[in-house]
Amino acid sequence: MGNDFNEYPMWFKIKKKPQQIITDKRLQIPEGLWLRCKSCKEIIYSKEVERNCDICPKCGYHFPISAAKRLNLLYDNGTFEEFDTNIRPDDPLKFKDRKKYKDRLKEYREETGLFDAVISSQGQIGGYTATVCAMDFGFMGGSMASVVGEKITRGIERAIRDHTPFLSISASGGARMQEGMISLMQMAKTSAALTHLSDAKLPYISILTDPTTGGVTASFAMLGDIIIAEPKALIGFAGPRVIEQTIGQQLPYGFQTSEFLLEHGMIDMICTRKELKQVLVRLFVFFNQK
Amino acid sequence: MASAVLDFEKPFVELDDLVQETQRRITEWSPQLKLELRELKRKRIKLYREIYPRLNSWQRTQLARHPERPYTLDYVSVMCEEFTEIHGDRRFRDDPAIVAFLARMGRESLVIIGHQKGRGTKENIYRNFGMPNPEGYRKALRVMQIAEKFGLPVLTLIDTPGAYPGIGAEERGQAEAIARNLYEMSCLKAPIISLVIGEGGSGGALGIGLSDRILMLESSIYSVISPEACAAILWKDKEKAKDVAQALKMTARDLERLKIIDEVVKEPFGGAHRDYKRAAHIVRRVVRRHLSELKGLPVDELIAKRYEKYRGIGVYLEG
Ligand SMILES: [Zn+2]
Repeated sequence: MGNDFNEYPMWFKIKKKPQQIITDKRLQIPEGLWLRCKSCKEIIYSKEVERNCDICPKCGYHFPISAAKRLNLLYDNGTFEEFDTNIRPDDPLKFKDRKKYKDRLKEYREETGLFDAVISSQGQIGGYTATVCAMDFGFMGGSMASVVGEKITRGIERAIRDHTPFLSISASGGARMQEGMISLMQMAKTSAALTHLSDAKLPYISILTDPTTGGVTASFAMLGDIIIAEPKALIGFAGPRVIEQTIGQQLPYGFQTSEFLLEHGMIDMICTRKELKQVLVRLFVFFNQK
Repeated sequence: MASAVLDFEKPFVELDDLVQETQRRITEWSPQLKLELRELKRKRIKLYREIYPRLNSWQRTQLARHPERPYTLDYVSVMCEEFTEIHGDRRFRDDPAIVAFLARMGRESLVIIGHQKGRGTKENIYRNFGMPNPEGYRKALRVMQIAEKFGLPVLTLIDTPGAYPGIGAEERGQAEAIARNLYEMSCLKAPIISLVIGEGGSGGALGIGLSDRILMLESSIYSVISPEACAAILWKDKEKAKDVAQALKMTARDLERLKIIDEVVKEPFGGAHRDYKRAAHIVRRVVRRHLSELKGLPVDELIAKRYEKYRGIGVYLEG
């Protein structure tokens, strides 16, 4: 369905040709490897999972994937332009727990190839230019500190400048402890930036994936004009363990899942990874009507 | 008042009590007692200077959470000539963990919104230990919009361990409630001042804390996570909370240095809990000073400056 939309009116103008294709080395599973699904426990052929947008063909479980892979799935031909690539984390508190924050950053950098937990991008989705910030849970649990806050904010600003819709794909444990209050204030910064997107009458579509909790949920992620979640994702303010400890009882089955949020009126819809692009294009068409 | 005395404040508290006792005894002309009092006061200043400026982050945390520390209601009742509490979010229920007032300070009307902790078990359960549910944030927003509508300033007093992590809170959208407040406060057409009076617990504090001026009492704290929780996660050891308090840079002075907050507000000798009245008078004076500065700004400029303030927070490398 995706490419048929090339003929729709070009409201989100194409500014630049997509330049690079990003692939993620973590996700190139060696041939012949078999996986056990976390949800249904079935043994499945990894290639089959990969071909299926990393969804379990047996039970529909959505395997966690990297930001780069998400963007590859979303953009036409998997191509997009990445921006704000040289923004890198510093260590404003000179934070050290059992390890130095600087060393942790270095380790994650080596492991993921990323400087921090978000990729900012622009490209074509069904022929519509969109600006997308995708978070990577693999980088320090997708935690938000200075770099994530800054890149999301610049992403919003770029969407305004280029007159495109803004999309965020969240996967985060919340605000990053190692940058202390500076992290917390990124909630304020990103939320405030969204008021400017609203002033420009550009749509914001927030996509929530497993897991999205804490300071990311309590800021930009819950502020979408439209909020879409992947099936069975954990989404909430407090983490389930914290709640259990506070109330001293076990949580009901299905608590804080996408389905639970839909039932309670907190999100607009649940989309599988496969359907997402189609739904987004439909939304772009809708919002593009004058 | 001396039922809960922290170890490090004990010598000061004893001396301070003695000063106050001596002061009470001076009913008639008594040169001897006056001399004694003067001497005691001199000692008190000396002791104060020895103890308080050197308090570490953990000690500040203890003071910020001191069970006798004045809470929002205590400040409002001293600071304001008149005040009317208003209730409810018009959606679900009234949240006693956040209180809201239409108040008069000097010759000015303003709205005051604050976290409210309880004193004693019964009241603490009623106030949910100052941990709001979504309806608390929604009540706060409703009251702020009243201020906006009538062109009045907003003062928020922050004092919470955090937003409540409970089943109902999640069902009713705790995250959305906080996010909505951040969004709306960032463009609210009214001056907003927030003052951390005790504990600034993460998103639960920020949910009423996005403002034109962020002030902190000198023994208050403001943090992305409680030192205990941070110790449990990063050190796997709750006992490390003391060191973590230091590492998180969560005291008023630390946050002033990091340029997160605008001003550290002095507390009376020995801390706000030693003298509610003075603490409230100091706060009143500081708030009025900031209000008079903000009131001179056209509303567009006010909001633009507020945006710049938050837009500029972040430390990263580039290039
Ligand atoms: Zn499965």
